[in-house]
Amino acid sequence: MIAEKFDAIVVGAGMAGNAAALTMAERGMKVLQLERGEYPGSKNVQGAILYADMLEKLVPDFRDEAPLERHLVEQRFWMMDDRSHTGLHYRSDDFNEEKPNRYTIIRAQFDKWFSQKVREAGATVLCETTVTDLARDAHGKVIGVRTDRRDGEIHADVVVLAEGVNGVLGTRAGLRERPKPEKVALAVKEMHFLPRETIESRFNLRGDEGVVIEAVGTISRGMTGMGFIYANKECISLGIGCLVADFQRTGETPYGLLDRFKRHPSVAPLIEGSEVKEYSAHLIPEGGFKAIPQLYGKGWVVVGDAAQLNNTIHREGSNLAMTSGRIAAEAILQIRSRNQPMLPQNLALYKKKLDESFVIKDLRKYKDMPALMHTRSQNFFLTYPQLVSKAMQNFLRVDGTPKVDKEKLTLKSFTKARSRSGLFGDAFRLMRAWR
Amino acid sequence: MSIEQSMRVEDKLFYNRYLVDTGRPHIKVRPHTKPSPQLLSMLKACPARCYELNEQGQIEATVDGCVECGTCRIICEETGDIEWSYPRGGYGVLFKFG
Repeated sequence: MIAEKFDAIVVGAGMAGNAAALTMAERGMKVLQLERGEYPGSKNVQGAILYADMLEKLVPDFRDEAPLERHLVEQRFWMMDDRSHTGLHYRSDDFNEEKPNRYTIIRAQFDKWFSQKVREAGATVLCETTVTDLARDAHGKVIGVRTDRRDGEIHADVVVLAEGVNGVLGTRAGLRERPKPEKVALAVKEMHFLPRETIESRFNLRGDEGVVIEAVGTISRGMTGMGFIYANKECISLGIGCLVADFQRTGETPYGLLDRFKRHPSVAPLIEGSEVKEYSAHLIPEGGFKAIPQLYGKGWVVVGDAAQLNNTIHREGSNLAMTSGRIAAEAILQIRSRNQPMLPQNLALYKKKLDESFVIKDLRKYKDMPALMHTRSQNFFLTYPQLVSKAMQNFLRVDGTPKVDKEKLTLKSFTKARSRSGLFGDAFRLMRAWR
Repeated sequence: MSIEQSMRVEDKLFYNRYLVDTGRPHIKVRPHTKPSPQLLSMLKACPARCYELNEQGQIEATVDGCVECGTCRIICEETGDIEWSYPRGGYGVLFKFG
């Protein structure tokens, strides 16, 4: 047993764990952070987009030193059928600003840097250490952790669980349920390397400008899912994710979907000639507001993906992770300054502060979206994309058919596929869930 | 590269770096005679194709190429089909990019 006692132990060195460890260490707490990977980042997978605002609150001058890829000036949403895509693109020179709002990053590299900031703030970061259990006292209060190292038990006043979406520890300790297959997506991703100039010309970029493509449609074969293409400096992150329950139900393979997405005529030219250097997979919390577990207890709090804090609609996760980690740390600091014990009645402050932040406000806004998307995935991810593609082609193809007849044809294809009441119902349900 | 043919997942895993904890697999399949529907679904759902059907019709897992996503834990742990832990510290997949 490590005789030394810490003020706080943070389990995991992802976005949430680093934010929590940094915030506590900076304010003089004695922090131990445990990470199972060889180095912080070596087990972490994300698209990835970094949201500047949330990192600025932790490392104000991060732009000077963090390994950033490209700042985003353009967003492309694609609705795809097998041979086409209908796009909604937004590009603005306003995003070429002194302090850009969003960046693409490569997580393994970024997290290494982020962890260095945590160390510089005075925290002890111990890698290659898997936490196996929580240690408790006779009253059931969490007093530390046990690890797979020989002298495994380490004590602290409070344990911050930042163990990620697949948080085995919390489930094992009975703090929260294992996520259900309906509440998590599995995403697979490849890193495609190309010369910088090739990426810039194919994506219409200058300098460090970046672009994100997010695509739904027949690429997910009727499952609830999304494909993504992120331009980094010298590589492209390309992947696709669908609900685990949908994979289970349909028997589709994740790598099969990925390969089909890559072969799509709208995608293939973007990655042609690239060299793939990594294949990864990761789960994404998709349950939204209703899937958030108990966030604190006797001697513990849970933050980030482990707490299912992910905004599916806006595809935001790492910023919710960073913010929840920071807010949990601030609550802990406040409790400490009052010399109060790390017990539920005091740690409830974390939830109170989180409820007041954008994290819970945003998730509450979309609380009904996951259920809507998941139960009607055929309509939203297969039928509508096909109908939209047909309508667009009908609109654009000039063949002597009078426009009035063309419009009738398009309308008929919609009502035939979904019926009038079905169309109104879908629109109504979507509006209600969005509100 | 991408147009002509679909790649096998085994080729994809070749890109990755692993430190295999020989003799200590972090996922264990419970001995069975006939696999449950959940366990059977892993033949397709596992992104690293760690699960295979043997000649006796049972499912076996070879976790050397596991990318530690946890999909099988989500599907098969509740039914008792598998025991799932993270690899020991430092072992398993090592992402360079992530």
